[in-house]
Amino acid sequence: MSITSQAAARGTSSHERLAAQDQPPTDVVQLKHPLRIASAGLVIFTAVAGGYSVVTNENFQWDRVAFYAFNPQILAGLRSTLILTVAAVTMGLVLGIILATFRISQNRVLSGVAGLYLWFFRGTPLLIQLIFWFNFAALYPRLGISIPFGGPELVGASTNDVLTVWFVALLGLTLNEAAYMAEIIRGGLLAVPKQQTEAAQALGMSQLLLFRRVVLPQALRVIIPPTGNQVIGMLKYSSLVSIIALPDLLYSAQLIYSQNFETIPLLIVVSLWYLLCTSILTVIQRRVEKYYGRGTASAPTPKAAKAIRKEKARLSEVPA
Amino acid sequence: MSIGTTEIDQTGAAPMESSNNSPREPIVRVVDLTKSFGGLDVLKGVNLEVERGEVVCILGRSGSGKSTLLRCVNHLERPDSGAVVVDGFVMGYRAKGGKLHELRTGDAAKQRQTVGMVFQSFNLFPHMTVMENLIEAPRKVQGRGRDELVGEARALLKDVGLLEKENAYPGTLSGGQQQRVAIARALMMQPKVMLFDEPTSALDPELVGEVLEAMKRLAATGMTMMVVTHEVGFARNVADRVIFMADGVVVEDGPPSQVIDNPQAPETKTFLSTLL
Ligand SMILES: Nc1ncnc2c1ncn2[C@@H]1O[C@H](COP(=O)(O)OP(=O)(O)O)[C@@H](O)[C@H]1O
Ligand SMILES: [Mg+2]
Repeated sequence: MSITSQAAARGTSSHERLAAQDQPPTDVVQLKHPLRIASAGLVIFTAVAGGYSVVTNENFQWDRVAFYAFNPQILAGLRSTLILTVAAVTMGLVLGIILATFRISQNRVLSGVAGLYLWFFRGTPLLIQLIFWFNFAALYPRLGISIPFGGPELVGASTNDVLTVWFVALLGLTLNEAAYMAEIIRGGLLAVPKQQTEAAQALGMSQLLLFRRVVLPQALRVIIPPTGNQVIGMLKYSSLVSIIALPDLLYSAQLIYSQNFETIPLLIVVSLWYLLCTSILTVIQRRVEKYYGRGTASAPTPKAAKAIRKEKARLSEVPA
Repeated sequence: MSIGTTEIDQTGAAPMESSNNSPREPIVRVVDLTKSFGGLDVLKGVNLEVERGEVVCILGRSGSGKSTLLRCVNHLERPDSGAVVVDGFVMGYRAKGGKLHELRTGDAAKQRQTVGMVFQSFNLFPHMTVMENLIEAPRKVQGRGRDELVGEARALLKDVGLLEKENAYPGTLSGGQQQRVAIARALMMQPKVMLFDEPTSALDPELVGEVLEAMKRLAATGMTMMVVTHEVGFARNVADRVIFMADGVVVEDGPPSQVIDNPQAPETKTFLSTLL
């Protein structure tokens, strides 16, 4: 390869070389991105065409969608779904915190038990767990407190009286949720540097105080984004309870379309409600994330800046 | 308490005199202290005393056990044997009936208030503003009023030249600023002894001076200080005493004029020659 062809390969030969006394030109011609424009155009065209087809296709039966959107049975199902989600996430969170502290405990028995729990509940499908709890009466026809190893029963009731569909649904969702939350919380706690704990200890803070005020707020920054995903996931996975005939959003729709076979419009109604709920949750998640990210972002968000100004005003009320 | 003025300390004794006065009255006593980590003997019987108002610098090469010694003084580390006595109390234990009874973690935490500590890596709480960092522990641990604490915190921030940063988050401050805040935060607990573990080692060279200056002014108020440092200049100018540690024991202990300028132990000689 000759010297000149090397220069050409580097792409320098086609450039005008500025002489030492020349000023570089000031007019800049921006680089064009024809492929970007073309691909965006293609995507927009496909989306519009698809949207047009969806709206005009009579088989979607949009009038029936509108008809069922606020059907009382559907709304009652939506209510059940929301209650299930909130209850399962809350109880799962509490149980998850306990499991996480067990898991990172120095006590081998506690961490072993927590490990076993996680192994089982993360290792089996939620659907099977729900069906299993639903059929628990087959294993233990009576539930109660009795002297162990075959002694007499002190208090008790028939398993089927205790395990109503709501109880089974909450039990199944909670136990499963707790396993995932435990791992998320453990990760968050481990992400807080040990030096933070030591600094708090050196200031005389008790274990509880330093956990609450120093470790937990920092761990939450790590915990919250995946927890938001868990809540959104739970909203959707709770539809699995339709398998045990709990009238949640999906099962309420199934009850209606099993009678009149308006399957498509009812599934669309259900999907729109799920979409609305998950969208709201996503917005909430963003806000909470921002709040717990304070002190770490390079520049404070407008909201944080406002909070800082407020705090400043509050502090300046105190005479220096 | 303030850094700027030479106050009489809480004991009522004028601190700079106490180091010259006899009878001597140690506020920190380290007695036959040993500590090992999984078979590695890090402290092999350390004995030393620090008097009220005294500034003691601890030198020694990396791994000689300096940090472990400081961490035993405020009982962040539990000694294997021996004891640390601060202001008459055995750290981490209750002396009773000729025996040491281990304290519950809550009581050990309370006991730690008497000893302030400044770390190499500052360790400010990143989710709290400077002001919140300062008032959190005295408010929650000592139950003192917010208004009173804010006033005190401002005075301390002024002393370290950071009054305008009270609402800043630590992440927005330089290392030198963070370390000065950390010093102020430790002082908010009104400790009787201050421990410094290489407070300037994580700083860019141009920021070292401001932190040493703050420490020097604190020393001038009569605060009792134990400072692990590689800043020989600081040790020579500010310390009342310099201790040299090697391999888990104190090999040399005396005024800076002796330990730094006229070292006797071969370890001290080698170490100082590598610094120069
Ligand atoms: N928590 C710990 N676990 C195991 N080894 C440790 C621990 N802390 C300190 N060490 C070891 O003890 C020795 C002394 O450490 P340190 O007291 O930090 O020395 P220095 O501060 O003088 O450099 C080092 O070899 C270090 O690796
Ligand atoms: Mg060290």
